[in-house]
Amino acid sequence: MNHDDGIKQLLKQSLPPVERNAEPERDLWPAVLRRLDADAASRRAVPWFDWALLGGLAVFVASFPATIPVFLYYL
Amino acid sequence: MPDGSSSVPGSVLHRFRQGDLDAFEALFREHQRPVYGWILRIVRNTAAAEDLTVETFWRIHRAHDRFQPEFPFGPWARRIATRAALDWLRAQRPEVELTTEMAGTLPSASQGDPGIAAEIRSKTALAFGRLPLSLRAAAILAVVEEQPHKDIAAALGITVAAVKLRVFRALRLLRKDLEQQGITP
Repeated sequence: MNHDDGIKQLLKQSLPPVERNAEPERDLWPAVLRRLDADAASRRAVPWFDWALLGGLAVFVASFPATIPVFLYYL
Repeated sequence: MPDGSSSVPGSVLHRFRQGDLDAFEALFREHQRPVYGWILRIVRNTAAAEDLTVETFWRIHRAHDRFQPEFPFGPWARRIATRAALDWLRAQRPEVELTTEMAGTLPSASQGDPGIAAEIRSKTALAFGRLPLSLRAAAILAVVEEQPHKDIAAALGITVAAVKLRVFRALRLLRKDLEQQGITP
């Protein structure tokens, strides 16, 4: 008998193997489609940082209108 | 999926690589069950295995342009599934992962031997849960689930020799932990 057989047997008794033909209780395809849709939606969404940057720029320009030609020059 | 064989024609694999959703669904239908079974063997939690199967196929879809149609889909999917399962295990607290209660909810091929006290089985499961994740994954797939070493090696991205070494180290650490608790396997 192999030195490790005892502990292997104990491990198998403690964590019985999963049956060979185990399958999910529900069809997972709709969940995969939902996940793909959510991913696509999040890619389309503008990140909050971009909105914050735009807002900051708008406030700055409103506060200092004289800087508008400078911005336009560098665009 | 164990041998990576598939009844899906090669043209489906090429269309999947190009991002075709119908081809992706065909591959999902073909591989959903083996991917779920593989994940379940690692995480040993049916609800988590379902969520991780969805996560795996999402990752597969995201990586479609990196898939090489000349290679079989099964082992590639299994590797992605293994990464998803290990990420999930990494996020869990070790002491709640492999309890005997959890094992009892699994669709198991066999029940525990009544000759071995429930307390010993519980302590063994908990001691196993305390092992490093890399050792645990190799040991559970090789020893408990009796999966081929080459499949485990491919799924974990290591060599067959490394799988054997991890199993050896896992069993040695498990034995040491159990002996400290007065259990001699």
